[in-house]
Amino acid sequence: MQVSIRSLLTACFVSFALLGAGADASAAANPASKTAEANPRGQILSLSCASCHGTDGKSVGVIPSFYGKTPEYLETALKDFKSGKRYSTVMGRHAKGYSDEEITLIAQYFGTVWQNNK
Amino acid sequence: MSHRISRRDFNKLLVSGVAGSALGLFGTIKPAFAAQNRVVIIGGGFGGAAAAKYLKKLDPSIAVTLVEPKATFYTCPFSNWVLGGLRTMQDIGQTYTVLRNRHGVNVIADKATGIDAVKRTVTLKTGRVLNYGRLIVSPGIDFKWSAIEGYSEALSNTKMPHAYQAGSQTILLHKQLMAMKNGGRVLICPPGNPFRCPPGPYERASLIAHYLKAKKPKSKIIILDAKEKFSKQGLFKKGWDTLYPGMIEWRSGPTGGKISKVDGRAMSVTTDFGVEKGDVINIIPPQQAGKIAFDAGLTDASGWCPINPNTFESTLHPGVHVIGDACIAGAMPKSGFAASSQGKVAAASIIRLFQGKEPAPPSLVNTCYSLIGTDYGISVAGVYSLSPTGIIEVPGSGGLTPMDADADHLREEAMFADGWYKNISQDIWG
Repeated sequence: MQVSIRSLLTACFVSFALLGAGADASAAANPASKTAEANPRGQILSLSCASCHGTDGKSVGVIPSFYGKTPEYLETALKDFKSGKRYSTVMGRHAKGYSDEEITLIAQYFGTVWQNNK
Repeated sequence: MSHRISRRDFNKLLVSGVAGSALGLFGTIKPAFAAQNRVVIIGGGFGGAAAAKYLKKLDPSIAVTLVEPKATFYTCPFSNWVLGGLRTMQDIGQTYTVLRNRHGVNVIADKATGIDAVKRTVTLKTGRVLNYGRLIVSPGIDFKWSAIEGYSEALSNTKMPHAYQAGSQTILLHKQLMAMKNGGRVLICPPGNPFRCPPGPYERASLIAHYLKAKKPKSKIIILDAKEKFSKQGLFKKGWDTLYPGMIEWRSGPTGGKISKVDGRAMSVTTDFGVEKGDVINIIPPQQAGKIAFDAGLTDASGWCPINPNTFESTLHPGVHVIGDACIAGAMPKSGFAASSQGKVAAASIIRLFQGKEPAPPSLVNTCYSLIGTDYGISVAGVYSLSPTGIIEVPGSGGLTPMDADADHLREEAMFADGWYKNISQDIWG
């Protein structure tokens, strides 16, 4: 059985369109992109935290995890590190790099990224 | 016949088309759309692999191809721990299996040899050509072999390793240290700024001292430095006085530290003050951006790559983003952490650009731990943002472990150093 190049190209177009549509759908359903869509600045501020605390805050080593914490908990913790109210070796030095507004955005990002994984 | 194709071949094409590997074909039909969703990344280190992982994590619809010739990437971070006998090479080897199998990154074990920024193609050593919508170049460093008279790549592979790209170089230096006699003399010769991992040579001295103190306590380490001061200097010197009194001597550039010449046969180096002999000699040469960056015209007169700090897109070639040690990133040091932070910012920016949206202003971080002894860790942290003059450290943030940190603090930082490695490697390659 043989088919012409023309029908091949048509089929390719169709499959490509499907691929595109499928990809768009999966991007929208993807928890990380959903969180980023709502809070792009929060995402940019938050991505580096994962290097020490694990992807999405899920630590595999001795550094504390914060996966599953609420935005309120994270915001209080970061503000307490920043003010020195809460003891730390290195977190205070990091937290001082962010304004209170930025801390709120970070807390919202990590406080919701896990909820979208449910 | 030439215009006809069997049903079987047709199905094959269709299947591969759906899997995305025949996008080149679609590219000829509708180049703009197909090209826009395709990112090629050159280099699978801390920058490139982080960008690959996060592009797929944040937008799985993008086709991500990672070009890296090495099947196992040995990390420079923790390679000093191998020299000190605290880790094995296996512990610091990262592979691309999870990126390929779980995250859907198309990993190609090949070397990029050319970039055509106008046609938006990358040529590989095997002759294969890859099309891209956006390219990320994360080539790390290359050495200026001719900067020190008598030094060469050949000498680095036999008598005087640099061990500043981890792998066989790390193994060679480790073997030399193990073969050295008690009472031997180790020379470590770091370059001037800027260079990869500013605290690296001094952590190296510390962990070699850790090994020598236990096994060859009559030995000495002399650091012949091109610089007048170095990263975390006060903390390192305090740590050396506490743990290795009399074992490590540091000489600054103007006081006889700067080397101009080496002699592999005599196992010696020449400074402004005379000739120094060593039983083990570690030369860390001056550096520049990785070779492909030069070949592609991505470097300026400094030997590094100028970028737009908002997105890490090259100011010389649109559509090409340069991250990691090779780029000029303002106040950020050249470190694995910085590279991964830049990789994530580039990934998020590229996604926004594909969507036709303005990228969010960048926020970048660096966190580097150095181990001085098994219970003695120190760190430097930095948070960086964009100012009209480029990437700056956020005023009042970051900084070093306090000079008066007590033993509990230093022990916790040593534990965090281990936790740092576990998480950063998992976050990038896991």
